[in-house]
Amino acid sequence: MPSSDWPNVVLHVVSGKGGTGKTTVAAALALGLARGGRSVMLMEVEGRQGLAQLFDTPPMPYEERRLASTPGGGEVWGLAVDPEEALLEYLEMFYNLRRAGGVLRRMGAVDFVTTIAPGLRDVLLTGKAVELVRRRDKHHARAYDAIVLDAPPTGRITRFLNVNTEIAGVAKVGPIRNQADGVMAVLRSDKTAVHLVTLLEEMPVQETTDGVAELEDAALPVGGIVVNMTRPPLLPDVADLAALTPSRVSATLTQAGITPNAPLIQALLADGEDHVARVELERVERARIAALGRPVYELPALSGGIDLAALYELSDMLTEQGMA
Amino acid sequence: MPGPPRLDIDALIHDPATRIIVCCGAGGVGKTTTAAALGLRAAEQGRRVCVLTIDPARRLAQAMGLTELDNTPRPVVGIDGGGSLSAMMLDMKRTFDEVVEGHSDSERAQAILDNPFYQALSSSFAGTQEYMAMEKLGQLRSEADRDGTWDLIIVDTPPSRSALDFLDAPDRLGTFLDGRFIKILAAPARGAGRGIGKILGAGFSLFAGVLTKILGAQLLTDLGAFVGAVDTMFGGFRERAEATYALLQDPGTSFVVVAAPERDALREASYFVDRLKQDGMPLAGLVLNRVQQVRAPELSIEQALAGAERIRAEDPATAALLQLHADRMRIAERQGRLARRFTVAHPGVRVTDVYALAEDVHDLDGLREVGSLLACSDAES
Repeated sequence: MPSSDWPNVVLHVVSGKGGTGKTTVAAALALGLARGGRSVMLMEVEGRQGLAQLFDTPPMPYEERRLASTPGGGEVWGLAVDPEEALLEYLEMFYNLRRAGGVLRRMGAVDFVTTIAPGLRDVLLTGKAVELVRRRDKHHARAYDAIVLDAPPTGRITRFLNVNTEIAGVAKVGPIRNQADGVMAVLRSDKTAVHLVTLLEEMPVQETTDGVAELEDAALPVGGIVVNMTRPPLLPDVADLAALTPSRVSATLTQAGITPNAPLIQALLADGEDHVARVELERVERARIAALGRPVYELPALSGGIDLAALYELSDMLTEQGMA
Repeated sequence: MPGPPRLDIDALIHDPATRIIVCCGAGGVGKTTTAAALGLRAAEQGRRVCVLTIDPARRLAQAMGLTELDNTPRPVVGIDGGGSLSAMMLDMKRTFDEVVEGHSDSERAQAILDNPFYQALSSSFAGTQEYMAMEKLGQLRSEADRDGTWDLIIVDTPPSRSALDFLDAPDRLGTFLDGRFIKILAAPARGAGRGIGKILGAGFSLFAGVLTKILGAQLLTDLGAFVGAVDTMFGGFRERAEATYALLQDPGTSFVVVAAPERDALREASYFVDRLKQDGMPLAGLVLNRVQQVRAPELSIEQALAGAERIRAEDPATAALLQLHADRMRIAERQGRLARRFTVAHPGVRVTDVYALAEDVHDLDGLREVGSLLACSDAES
């Protein structure tokens, strides 16, 4: 098995523009990391129940549950974080104040934290991720060998991860400040990598480029770029498509046992033009991704859609390419 | 099986009773492009349109001549016909500042603007965008009513984690402002501990202790000062939030749900449709974006693939064309299945399809093309 490009990383943050398949990539990465008997936590924070849909399980409560196992005794666990529960847990953990939760709820304080000031929600969610990173079992070994965070989209990722810096700007001293500093220390360390998922399309690549710059500005560790849903070119040289003439296509169609007619030929040639344009566009986008100077991983579009078997297939590809 | 009823985009934008169109949908489905294309088409058919975009892709912004984020609608040049088009990008911090400035005297406003808690809340925290998008919509509408500048406002919605957060924003704000929590937060600024005790009565000491412990005394002071300072303008905030919510339910408002023909995007669209119905928000219909176009549906997948095999050796290029056609047919079939599932679950919802374009939109001609695709749907009437 090829060695991983990220041997020191414990927290893999996976972000990407909406529609690029970041949840699928996060799940495949978790399966890949679980190989060789490792235990991996796959965490979602956006309340979409994306993991339950992907792994075809009932909606998940705020509870760590086993989602899948891998050959060699590895396990992928899942957690759908609910900000309200995370708040109460936080109170209990740091202040032994779970009882105060009920009071806070009645006061509208839980609402305040989790909805009115959603920045504080991000504090709780990033705090939970870091808690999972730090957690030890009774033998003082890591409770999870790796944590994969299915994070908010690229447009919000820096703000999300950096929220504790904002807190530090507001809370100059005190326990909140200490907690915020601790979380930022982990997120900025070499134990964390922020991977960005993109498609070979203009807007997702632009967002990825902007995302890398923003993460770097915030001193957050940029990981790899995953180019998702790629399609192989139909011909070694698509210029051959552009060179086709209607008469040539007509003659060949007859040989192929298909009765040619002008609208059909026009339709096929127009499809060909679209394909040539797309291949050219993809070439340009690939070059822009390469220019970012990050490790790049590619996953093909799978015609049958995404199920558990497809996730294992994708996780193999990530492992082969050195991401997991 | 008959197709869904067709969403007639031209009828929607022609109707002078349509005053606001809200484009919502999951991230990455082409919401902003749809909003801009609707705006351009409406303008070129004679409406006076303002498009409010949240976070447009750079080239789309450039297509509309937007070069900076200055929170003011700017006229878009190059519009044909008798109407007009203005476009703006939301600057959430600027919008928030303006609300503060508009609701308090200058001294108090300055105190709020300088408060570190306010600065964090207004510029960095996620979620503020939703409130401010709705706030801006309310402002644009008042301006339109007052000055007659626009007769149609088209608004793009923020890519929230739950893309309908903007619907809940005004209501949550109201609930929050009615809550006791806000009064507690305001209390320290009014004169320390005793004030809190009076408001809360029994059980308060536990709570005050919790707050101080968790937040730290200094943060509590800033927070208290902030809440104390904005206390007087809360009435105004609340009224505006309620007015905006009512505006969304107005018959002159139409929601257009945008989705791509993919499982997740359609699931999200289903959720929007249900939610809009629940809240009594007027739904115009679904824009199914980036649908795979099939140019020669009479040639079946099997025929095309069998033909491709026969000629691959002597004419690989033409074989590739047949392969390409088969791939497009397959994708279109899968998308059709997903779209039918949506229609079965929401039989009355009007739909219009928009074919996937080979390239992203980066000029007005591109937006015109999307506009005409929006208007001429394949869905059956």
